[in-house]
Amino acid sequence: MTEETMQGEQAVKRQIKVDPKELSMKIVFIIAAVVFIAAVVIICVFIFVQAFPALREIGLFNFLFSSEWNPDINDTGHGEYGIAAMIVGSCYITAGALIVGVPIGFLTAIFMARYCPKPLYKVMKPMTNILAGIPSIVYGYFGVRVIVPFIRDNIGGYGFSILSASIVLGIMILPTIISVSENAIRAVPKSYYEGAVALGATKERAILRTEVPAAKSGIVTSIILGLGRVIGETMAVVMLCGNQVQFPDSLLDGVRTMTANIVLELGYTSYGSVHRGALIATAAVLFVFILIITLLVSLIRKKAK
Amino acid sequence: MENTQVLNIGQEPEKQPEVDISKIIPINRQTLADKVRAYLNKPFSMVLMILVLLAAVVTAATVIFIVVYTLVQGLPNLKGSLFAWEYNSDNVSMMPAIINTLFLAVMTLVIAVPISVFAAIFMVEYAKSTNIFVKIVRMAAETLSGIPSIVFGIFGMIFFVELLDWGYSMLAGIFTMVLMVLPLIMRTTEEALLAVPDSFREGSFALGAGKLRTIFVIILPSAMSGIISGIILALGRVVGETAALIYTGGSSRKLATGFMQSGETLSLHMYFLANEGLHVGESWATAVILILLVLIINGAAEFVGNKLKKEY
Repeated sequence: MTEETMQGEQAVKRQIKVDPKELSMKIVFIIAAVVFIAAVVIICVFIFVQAFPALREIGLFNFLFSSEWNPDINDTGHGEYGIAAMIVGSCYITAGALIVGVPIGFLTAIFMARYCPKPLYKVMKPMTNILAGIPSIVYGYFGVRVIVPFIRDNIGGYGFSILSASIVLGIMILPTIISVSENAIRAVPKSYYEGAVALGATKERAILRTEVPAAKSGIVTSIILGLGRVIGETMAVVMLCGNQVQFPDSLLDGVRTMTANIVLELGYTSYGSVHRGALIATAAVLFVFILIITLLVSLIRKKAK
Repeated sequence: MENTQVLNIGQEPEKQPEVDISKIIPINRQTLADKVRAYLNKPFSMVLMILVLLAAVVTAATVIFIVVYTLVQGLPNLKGSLFAWEYNSDNVSMMPAIINTLFLAVMTLVIAVPISVFAAIFMVEYAKSTNIFVKIVRMAAETLSGIPSIVFGIFGMIFFVELLDWGYSMLAGIFTMVLMVLPLIMRTTEEALLAVPDSFREGSFALGAGKLRTIFVIILPSAMSGIISGIILALGRVVGETAALIYTGGSSRKLATGFMQSGETLSLHMYFLANEGLHVGESWATAVILILLVLIINGAAEFVGNKLKKEY
């Protein structure tokens, strides 16, 4: 709604009495908006408050930098809870997925925005949408039945490894990277391209040297969004990453991510135990990662404006 | 044609000299050979073009491979017994899970749609975008849409399942999913409301309608296609969700007949089947149903968004 309409409306408001129905509905709308704030605050508070007692017992430093994870099911106080190996595991798989997904996604975005003839676009666009729509559990199962045996037979190791998880997650972030980058490249004014071509640049040089730098913020946003999706991904990862708590020596070793840790063990914990608290604290660490990512995205958006 | 023409000022000449357009040779036309030669002279451009085409082919091939492979593995296993009303460990029927999914998804939307549509109405129609409250709400929505589903799951477990003592139940699952889809519906609704031209509002006000009447009689119907397509997208998200529901909706294989009963959704059903590893064919069949369900839902969202959209 433009400022002008607002002003006109306020002028009218001064002349007519406020209808009680109007006022009450306005309050309803405001309450609906408050629900969003309340939801975030409640989730934050509950995750952090519930994580706090366990963190005090384990020690924040131990929790973040120790790699000994020996949960104590009976809660007798002998458990060791360090998630360093899982943070490293999450980072490896995230990096792997980005290495697989970003180049392919970025180049496909260029194709979609500047090369694709219209009839082909009408096929390609729904295909990337299909990729976005497939549930993560199906990706996971596809990985277990196709990618894992392939790697076990042709490259080596058990198959449940950083490599297979990275490949599947790389595919999963393709649609995010393609659609956000494509929109960013399309939003670059046509004159950039025309100017570059008029100066004698080839089509490829014009795209890579003028349009891509102009669309940089959108492309970086797409990568960060993909990163957020990988860090938070749970079901596909837990089926593929092998779930051993260890620092991996090679791409063919299994790791456990923070998300996998929560899914695997939450069912065995009892209310109020240190083990439960440690898992909630893992979620809190994950939450902090996501908050940083959200902040980064909004910073980039602000800068781009 | 005569050589000497009488010039009629202010009048078009009756006959223009005829030009055969097909004989004009445009100087900027490139033949394929020209293009190949140009690319051979510029190896950088050629490599980049090949990479771009390769990436597109890889993407397309990946999509086709995943979908076709799943269909080939799953379709032969789609047996009638998979859709039996009662689940047992022999027929591993997914029928209870499908009904649970639909029940959970519909109830989630019943709660989430009014909240997020009302919030979007507030954000677009009532508040100025410079308002600090609006900024906080927007930040909250962005944070909410970024939270990983497993964090929703763990929150749902400690809040709905344990603190409110609902146990593993449909109700806990529904409220967890409500939190997840709120920002999605709000964002699409906001976009749809912003697309309604201001002249509609001005016209309505000028005819003496109040704010409320304008919103419900003029603006919401105009924005309906965008809102509905957002709602359908949210439906797809609920159907495909797994991680947030394991520890909230529970894993009962039975049909949930009430809000306080536990029941697994289709994606959860598939997770357990896949983990057991005993029913490979049935797992693929479930994957087929799951993909089809989500694709139909997403296709419907796109259809509604495109076909019912009015151009202003």
